[in-house]
Amino acid sequence: MRQALAMLLPLTLVLVACQREERDTRPQSALGSGEQPTPVTALEPGGQRPSASDNKAASFEANAFHLSEGKRLFGWFNCSGCHANGGGGMGPALMDEKWLYGSSIESIHATIRDGRPNGMPSFRQKIPDDQIWELAAFVRALSGNAPSSAAPQRNDDMMVHPSENRLPDAATLGKSP
Amino acid sequence: MAIWNSFRTCILSVMLLACGPFLSGASEPPSAAAIAPPAAAAPPDDGQWTMPAKNYASTRFSDLTEINEGNVKNLQVAFTFSTGVNKGQEAAPLVVGNIMYIVTPFPNIVYALDLSRPGAPMKWKYEPNPEPAAQGVACCDVVNRGAAFADGRIFFNTLDGHTIALDANTGKPIWNTHIGNINIGETITMAPLVVKGKVLVGNSGGEMGVRGWVKALDAEDGHVVWTAYGTGPDKDVLIGPDFKPHYDMDKGKDLGVTTWPPEAWKIGGGNMWGWISYDPDLNLIFHGTGNPGPWNPDLRPGDNKWTSGIFARDPDTGAAKWFYQWSPHDLHDYDGINEQILLDMTWQGKPRKVLVRPERNGYLYILDRTTGEVLSATAYGPVNSSKGVDLKTGRLIANPDKRTGTGKVVRDICPTASGLKDWQPSAFSPKTGLLYIPHNNLCMDEEGVEVNYIAGTPYVGMNVRMIPGPGGNRGAFTAWDVAAAKPAWVLKENFPVWSGTVVTAGDVVFYGTMEGWFKAVSARTGDLLWQFKTSSGIIGQPITYRGPDGHQYVAILSGVGGWAGAIVSGDLDPRDATAALGFVNAMKDLKNATTAGGTLYVFRLP
Ligand code: HEC
Repeated sequence: MRQALAMLLPLTLVLVACQREERDTRPQSALGSGEQPTPVTALEPGGQRPSASDNKAASFEANAFHLSEGKRLFGWFNCSGCHANGGGGMGPALMDEKWLYGSSIESIHATIRDGRPNGMPSFRQKIPDDQIWELAAFVRALSGNAPSSAAPQRNDDMMVHPSENRLPDAATLGKSP
Repeated sequence: MAIWNSFRTCILSVMLLACGPFLSGASEPPSAAAIAPPAAAAPPDDGQWTMPAKNYASTRFSDLTEINEGNVKNLQVAFTFSTGVNKGQEAAPLVVGNIMYIVTPFPNIVYALDLSRPGAPMKWKYEPNPEPAAQGVACCDVVNRGAAFADGRIFFNTLDGHTIALDANTGKPIWNTHIGNINIGETITMAPLVVKGKVLVGNSGGEMGVRGWVKALDAEDGHVVWTAYGTGPDKDVLIGPDFKPHYDMDKGKDLGVTTWPPEAWKIGGGNMWGWISYDPDLNLIFHGTGNPGPWNPDLRPGDNKWTSGIFARDPDTGAAKWFYQWSPHDLHDYDGINEQILLDMTWQGKPRKVLVRPERNGYLYILDRTTGEVLSATAYGPVNSSKGVDLKTGRLIANPDKRTGTGKVVRDICPTASGLKDWQPSAFSPKTGLLYIPHNNLCMDEEGVEVNYIAGTPYVGMNVRMIPGPGGNRGAFTAWDVAAAKPAWVLKENFPVWSGTVVTAGDVVFYGTMEGWFKAVSARTGDLLWQFKTSSGIIGQPITYRGPDGHQYVAILSGVGGWAGAIVSGDLDPRDATAALGFVNAMKDLKNATTAGGTLYVFRLP
């Protein structure tokens, strides 16, 4: 009995130590359904800077599973065709510190869902809403805006830039201000 | 290091001296006099510039001699003009009578400048207001390669797929035909050519799974007279009883369907976004076809007709006369759409009507333009993706070591997807017998990946990163002795030479660099005679004309961009080696050398 307990102890310790990240393996299947209003500008006459927060955002933002799914989908839906692996091409670079339409996950989600006027297609009819969130979270990781513990750690393909978990925050490029 | 060195020697042995020590300028190429464009396709120079290629033979040669080797060093700025658009300026200005016409990149504004008044003030401008969304589906910057003039009208294309005719005098639109659909990724960037009352136009979109075509629009009212597709059944390609290809590989029924996996031809590319030449004597137009899509060749086993090749067609009906495929089952995005220069020359003792093509796959081809037979194909720079052209079968001999495919990284493929030479057109001087070729010197690593076809998004399936070619100079300007089939001299440039060129009877050649230098070199020796630093990198096409005052002028648009300059015009991030389909990796330092711009410069002697 004692022996058995002694054997169980390390096992429980191990089990407790790796608290599992939550994965929603049955994502909401509805196409681009999120309807939260996302301001398309940072200007509001005389008022506060408009801001958006979607309660879905948090569950996707620092989640390793969703980030790695986002990376897969980024190739799958041909985002990489226009944005390369973040450096840009037909579309702008997504790994730099410059944002045309806002860097928040909500803004990026809106960009992917609704498209943008100068050539970003609307994927509302193509991608389920939860997968759009996964893509949005991954886009943020490209500019170093995801915890390195959660961001993808390797490429399956040709090495084109350091893996996302080693990419510096584009705004500071890793330097303290 | 040792490996690198042996690799270099291996490359060097393939590259036929092109980047070797400079060859001394041959003063009088022996057989030069024997080579000249057919008179009907290159009439005597009237001092105007009515189409980007100067004439139907596409020589980009001017008879003007006021500016010459001796005095070009005195050139001065006559006037400048800001296009107001800071994207890649690839267009050739046109000069008709007293007016200069320029087309900008997206939003494709056309300006008419009055050359008869001091400072060349604007006479009119026309804004077509193309759809902004078109910018997202243009593969390689939002360029436009120029307009064409005929019968009192200016014809040009917009990025969002319109061909427009303007009254050259007033700038009022006469007709506007919508022929391209951006929602399937179709754009138009090429300069139209007007032949026998027809405006010839082709589409871009080889990176988006767009099926290529060339259309002839009636110059009078803009209706589509014929459409010839680059893939698909013979009836769509306008292949009929007149079609007599020279080689067996191009004979057979519906090859545009049977050389593809089922249905793949519908999204297979073969676009026509480059140059067209016309031989009035033979009544034939010549135009290339672009790369097959997707780039990953594993996804499209077969020869992928009629991509990466060249057609001769009857301009009245579009009926194909012959076809030749530069790169069957293309492995490396070698579009076949470069310029073809029509020349008459003696070949092995017999007079031949030829077509000279510095091709993207690295070979300079001389074809018999009546039949499509390849007379010679000689590498004009470093090539290791293939081992030459089999002159019996006409087939390019692909190098199996450089074969790309899914899940495989193949390194040091030369030339790159952008080719030894891309769209940037060369010029031929009948005085020197030399073809002046602005080109690239780059190699690349490629990895094929799976790709889904989603209409209106890229259909490429290839990770690419480019690197400087042997010698480290990323560009070169080669004077090619057409008769001797070897370079007369080579100028190395740090960046790819992405500008066109013009050569004159004054024995001066003009071209621009991506740093922004506009250069004049001796047509005989390549010696630098004059240079002027413009405000941005140059990727445009220089022209020369006789102004209303009777004096010779030289004009160039400055403004970096295009595929090579997308890192600057699109503000791309060089930390991603695959940005701009891999070109950014070879252009990391361009942002330190120049900034975006859009300015016309016109020069004259004091
Ligand atoms: C057909 C080309 C194309 C495809 C495919 C494409 N994009 Fe874009 N994207 C663009 C263009 C062009 C813009 C800039 C739009 C503008 O300026 O209005 C853009 C903008 C964006 C932005 C906004 C950047 C900023 O600075 O605010 C994000 C984020 C983005 N895309 C993500 C994606 C994702 C994720 C996908 C795949 C689901 C994708 N894109 C697919 C062309 C594309």
